[in-house]
Amino acid sequence: MKSKNKILVQNSITYGLVILCWILAEVLIRTGNMSSLMKGLLVPLCIYVILAVSLNLTVGILGELSLGHAGFMCVGAFSGAFFTKVMETVIPSVGLRFFLALLIGAAVAGIFGILIGIPVLRLKGDYLAIVTLAFGEIIKNLINVMYVGKDSTGFHFSTKDTLSLGLDESGVVLIKGAQGITGTPKAATFTIGVLLVLLTLFIVLNLINSRTGRAIMSIRDNRIAAESIGINITKYKLMAFAISAALAGVAGVLYAHNLSSLAATPKSFGYNMSIMILVFVVLGGLGNIRGSIIAAVVLTMLPELLRGLNDYRMLIYAVVLIVMMIFNSSPKAIEMRAVFMEKLRKNRKSTTKEAA
Amino acid sequence: MSFLSYLINGISLGSIYAIIALGYTMVYGIARMLNFAHGDIIMVGGFVIFTVVSTLSLPPALGILAAVVLCTILGVVIERVAYKPLRGASSLAVLITAIGVSYLLQNVALLIFGSNARQFTSVVNVPGLKLADGALTISGVTMVTIVTCIVIMAALTQFINRTKVGQAMLAVSEDKGAATLMGIDVNRTIAITFAIGSALAAVAGALLCSTYPSLTPYTGSMPGIKAFVAAVFGGIGSIPGAFIGGVLLGVIENLSKAYISSQLSDAIVFSVLIVVLLVRPTGILGKKIMEKV
Repeated sequence: MKSKNKILVQNSITYGLVILCWILAEVLIRTGNMSSLMKGLLVPLCIYVILAVSLNLTVGILGELSLGHAGFMCVGAFSGAFFTKVMETVIPSVGLRFFLALLIGAAVAGIFGILIGIPVLRLKGDYLAIVTLAFGEIIKNLINVMYVGKDSTGFHFSTKDTLSLGLDESGVVLIKGAQGITGTPKAATFTIGVLLVLLTLFIVLNLINSRTGRAIMSIRDNRIAAESIGINITKYKLMAFAISAALAGVAGVLYAHNLSSLAATPKSFGYNMSIMILVFVVLGGLGNIRGSIIAAVVLTMLPELLRGLNDYRMLIYAVVLIVMMIFNSSPKAIEMRAVFMEKLRKNRKSTTKEAA
Repeated sequence: MSFLSYLINGISLGSIYAIIALGYTMVYGIARMLNFAHGDIIMVGGFVIFTVVSTLSLPPALGILAAVVLCTILGVVIERVAYKPLRGASSLAVLITAIGVSYLLQNVALLIFGSNARQFTSVVNVPGLKLADGALTISGVTMVTIVTCIVIMAALTQFINRTKVGQAMLAVSEDKGAATLMGIDVNRTIAITFAIGSALAAVAGALLCSTYPSLTPYTGSMPGIKAFVAAVFGGIGSIPGAFIGGVLLGVIENLSKAYISSQLSDAIVFSVLIVVLLVRPTGILGKKIMEKV
């Protein structure tokens, strides 16, 4: 009972933190104390937080390294933006279309997660990382050669150029290969972003503290032991992977509706993006959801606040990644920390004794 | 005839992949880690040669020598500083560290050389070969690349089978604990492996930049990843496997570029990886490892 209360308190702190940030940002905007630069960062911030939390589900909770998170985001972004474009005349309300696009983006990314997950999750460790990386690159490549148009006779596909679509006069080109999708309505707002962050947290935190979540963590800690007590490894792995992918899809839709043009460039959906999210997760602490949020917010805001650091931003990320990993995982560092903690405890004991 | 020329260019590209893949496969076989930074050592090698040859205008041979020496030192330093403290840690931790090192090398190069592509002057001065009345041309770089790859393969096989250090490498890859008991210095052996792998990466960098003469801080990352695909394809940990995997992958990439779509060739190469891992996860020449509880 006590532990349940503890979890509740911990989760409430996490939710409270997000809501507090939202109130703070709103107050700053209302009182006109926020620069336009910072305002422009608010929605991307929500996107990064969702991505970091969802990646933490795969890396921290499931214990498998995925380097294709940007790939799932890309799938979600394009399917969501595609839906918004196609339904432009059918559903005139931008808000409703955006809401449906979010559901569709999540669903498509989730389905991709399952499709990729079924074969890939049989692999272990390094192989899984490289295959997810390959997947991200394949998705980016495919979208860059995809041309989709619509006219009175229906949809047309091509992998060459807009001309070979063979559209009639009423035809509209929806996806223009490397140029991607243009003209998506800018429907994403900070408030919607925060609501989506809260939703993501609700899903992930409840999953972690459920029977399913414990099963997933048991796979991470010892796969063979988990299997021997009757946990269906494939099922739980796939579940965590698909949920993580679907949430990345949500972030993708948010991303697509925050920009008027969407293209699958290496910068937006490439390997670097996946690594950046991984840095958030690692710095925040593997498996620590609140840490992911804080790391995503701090690492996004910091380089913008310290303009001069912008050139060194990626360099700092790299060093952070290496130092954090050595500090957290090296057997010697763990031993050193244990000794240090022991000393600290002794000191505290002696001071309390003196006080008594 | 055009098919033949695509094929030969494919083999040449594949030979570069094979040289890079050797570094991956040796390190993986011995340290059981995926050295993500291996691809970026190629880039460092490229920039060293560029600096020596184009900026200091010294002879190309000196450039290659400098690249090999510097990359060897770099490889050993990286192993010492970043990977050695993590020996015994989870593979996830090591992999993330390796990604960090790769990122670090790229961004240091970005700060020093900027993101603009540099024109790399070829270090190979061998005239091309015209066959069948000029219908088939094989460039000098292509021939040098293929020959270099074969020489390196042969030398490495001899080194591992005939020398004491090579035998020590085999022993460490088989069983670290038992190797230690036999008096093998495991740390030294791993350091030597990194040194050899990085020296090969420098050679690969020279050949790669001579074939594709534009040099950026990201030059190494894609060939690096593809060479890893080649290593997995051939069976990771196996030296002939790296050669076969590399050449096959180069041929697949070049033929798909020529006959399917140049934009989709990367996607095809990566699909090969996924299919290989699903059908035969240990690769063409890999050994199946039984898992003990």
